Amino acid sequence: MTVNGQPVSAEVEPRTLLVHFLREDLRLTGTHVGCETGYCGACTVHVDGEPVKSCTMFAVQADGANVTTIEGIASNGDLHPVQEGFWERHGLQCGYCTPGMIMSSVALLSKNDRPSEEEIRHGIEGNLCRCTGYHNIVQAVQFAAARMRGEEPPAADWEGGE
Amino acid sequence: MTTPTRTRPTVTSGIGDSPLRPDGVPKLKGEFQYAQDLWSEGMLWGATTRSPHARARIVSIDIGPALATGGVHAVLTADDVPGPGMFGLEHPDQPVLASDEINYWGEPVAIVAAEDPDTARRAAAAVVVEYEALPPLTDPEEADRADSVFRRLQIRSGDQEVTGEVVVEGYYEVGTQDQAPLGTEAGLAVPDGSGGVDLYATSQFVHADQSQVVEALGLRPEQVRSHPTGVGGAFGAREDVNLHIHLVMLALHTGQPVKMVYQRSESFTGHVHRHPARMWYRHHATRDGKLVRVEAKILLDGGAYASTTSAVLANACYFAVGPYRVDSVLVEGIGVKTNNPPCGAMRGFGAVQSNFGYESQMDRLAAELGMDPLELRRRNALATGDRNPTTQQVIQTPLPVAECIDSLAAIPLPDGDDPILPGGSGLTTDRSHIVRGVGYSVGIKNLGFSEGSDDYAEARVRLTDEGAVVETAAIEVGQGLVTVLAQMARTALGISKAIVRHVDTSRIGSAGSTSASRQTQISGGAVMEASRRLRERILAHHGGDELDDLGVHRAGELIAPMSELIREGWEETYTFRHPPTTPPDDDGHGDIHADFAIAAHRAVVDVDPELGLVRVVRVDTAQDVGRVLNPVSVQGQIEGGIMQGVGLAVMEELVIQDGVIRNPNFTDYLLPTILDAPDVEMLLIEQGSWWGPFGAKGVGEPPTISSTAAVAAAIRNAIGRDLNRVPVRPEDIAL
Ligand code: FES
Ligand code: FES
Repeated sequence: MTVNGQPVSAEVEPRTLLVHFLREDLRLTGTHVGCETGYCGACTVHVDGEPVKSCTMFAVQADGANVTTIEGIASNGDLHPVQEGFWERHGLQCGYCTPGMIMSSVALLSKNDRPSEEEIRHGIEGNLCRCTGYHNIVQAVQFAAARMRGEEPPAADWEGGE
Repeated sequence: MTTPTRTRPTVTSGIGDSPLRPDGVPKLKGEFQYAQDLWSEGMLWGATTRSPHARARIVSIDIGPALATGGVHAVLTADDVPGPGMFGLEHPDQPVLASDEINYWGEPVAIVAAEDPDTARRAAAAVVVEYEALPPLTDPEEADRADSVFRRLQIRSGDQEVTGEVVVEGYYEVGTQDQAPLGTEAGLAVPDGSGGVDLYATSQFVHADQSQVVEALGLRPEQVRSHPTGVGGAFGAREDVNLHIHLVMLALHTGQPVKMVYQRSESFTGHVHRHPARMWYRHHATRDGKLVRVEAKILLDGGAYASTTSAVLANACYFAVGPYRVDSVLVEGIGVKTNNPPCGAMRGFGAVQSNFGYESQMDRLAAELGMDPLELRRRNALATGDRNPTTQQVIQTPLPVAECIDSLAAIPLPDGDDPILPGGSGLTTDRSHIVRGVGYSVGIKNLGFSEGSDDYAEARVRLTDEGAVVETAAIEVGQGLVTVLAQMARTALGISKAIVRHVDTSRIGSAGSTSASRQTQISGGAVMEASRRLRERILAHHGGDELDDLGVHRAGELIAPMSELIREGWEETYTFRHPPTTPPDDDGHGDIHADFAIAAHRAVVDVDPELGLVRVVRVDTAQDVGRVLNPVSVQGQIEGGIMQGVGLAVMEELVIQDGVIRNPNFTDYLLPTILDAPDVEMLLIEQGSWWGPFGAKGVGEPPTISSTAAVAAAIRNAIGRDLNRVPVRPEDIAL
């Protein structure tokens, strides 16, 4: 398979999950494990451009696929607009959910460059965050959507009155 | 509201600003090292054998089959524990590994180190333990009758004979909530080759981990260094030791680094939970709504081991009346010992449980009196200079109870439909069936440690070519301590470049626990004071009158450039203590607490009464924050804290039957998703604190304390019926 643009090949046991292959064989530990049961979304990666919870897929199922992890989202060291949005809009606290949130958000924005607040919420409803209360995560995605359209991001709500 | 004062406006990213998180970029790029991500060449993986019984006698343990598994390097039981083998945050009453009796479901019996995680887990399952199952004690009332208790606390204030013209009684229950941080417990122990170990593990309090490891295993203090490491959320779950001692044992035994990561199901039994509560209340008042007497009995189930039950019970009892004036009080608190899973700290510990009791009572009293629920609270609001009705301590800190109530009432109520229906994406609800309800709650809690404990934090500030470096062992769990401590150093020193660096237990004194909303005040106090003293020493040494990014100035002229100061190697270490507190006397009185914070919440809910479904539309709040040091962090703490309060109100509960957790996974233990998140409007009340650095108060817990009761009140208001238990389940509404 290709991971973040690099071809990788390895012998793995059939029962090795994609998330464990990424974390332990490739040492790409930015993909997190929160639940192992497909519920929290911390392990979200892209497989051929589609968001996938990598704890629900065997590594061998991704044979030949194009996999992108959080480590492959920034380009040449520059933050992706979604990463920038999470930073600028305080969309992270402990940050454990953040890679998965970013992967789901990037996938959402690739299909819908002008999502409404409701579409954002439905687009990332499979990702749990225990710290933020989600409000700033919505603002982070709105920030990124505007940036990616080449527009000025909306003011943060704590900058109210501007 | 007043605006934060800035002592030296030239500093950027100081107090009152919202600089971007310094740990943001690594966290956003997937490069930040959480305890789960640690790696050491040649490391082994640990796993734990746990009891399938809530109470049992261990007849025999056969480690033979486990040890015979290929790739297994060690299988250890209680027989292999050097030293006394007991630990506990307040009392060392918990065995590192059970030797003859089992006291809760999931109690560790053996630990294994193997070459990969799967082998370790298979070997842990291959340990043959013969148990004689015994009937578990799981009913807290039975435990009370049998005097199986960790602590009893009685508080008596005023005339015990008075009665009110109006009396309302109620019985209330709070279910068991789990902190459910998104990252589970994880750690790595690395032997140093000369009998010592470096421990890197999820924690809220590395010095307490270190001392418990040392004491349980009979080691010398210098043999164990505990390092702050990346933590994926905490909320109280990481205050107690769990895998720490096991990791150190395995590393010392094998001479190799050992890593352990709990799976989610194991995490649910590997850390302590929020205490479930049963509460009996009687409120007496005059016809015009003045509280005359409050009687309460509060029963908390501490589970099998002590953990922090004593402190949690204390909070529940000392705040059993809420932020209200009343002369006559009787509170009886019992923290019982059972064979249920051990309970300990979770955000708002103790104060959350009793808030649901007293605020439900205030609503009941308001209904009985035919009075507006906010008006009843306003009439009885506690204020600075009053005696706290339970402890009789004179409140010295600004206590804006009435201001919080008035500010909350001034936030406009929403009109119009909420786009999200109760039941979420199931969409089984018809809009025409929805009824809306509004409910209120006001909460109070102490900040920092109480009851005479020596609560302190050490911090060091050094001038280096990286700028001012703050060294601390205070744990960042996501709340933003690394941001705010640097802001304090900048403002107090007058230098724009400052960073926070975590150092291990051998290199700095304790910062205490990242809990009880205390680090911004207490580690913050240490950083502010160390910075202030450092600045004064530098100025005195050079005879200057101003220090900034360029160096020391005298009468506007640069006399010692920063490069010279850096060469001189300036540093200052300071240990900050909050005003002393005292243990309670026989009536529960004394200067028990160092500081207090208030929050008020108003919840708006949409309910489908036939299906029992609830959508929490919004939770508005006014919160007493002292001074806002970082507006964005404060906002983030409030929104996240409210979400956890909403979770306890409508969905989060560990289902425990006969001592066994029935839902130890995220499929069955429901956490709020982004579709459950209410809108939040907040007003921050800034009246300062009587000792907090820059006037700060802790802000992490108040959002969680009264949001639960406000949601429950709103549901009652919508359906017009009594609800005496949280979480409110669909069947409580629909049946
Ligand atoms: S770890 Fe994959 S969804 Fe939670
Ligand atoms: S930031 Fe901690 S789980 Fe989302």
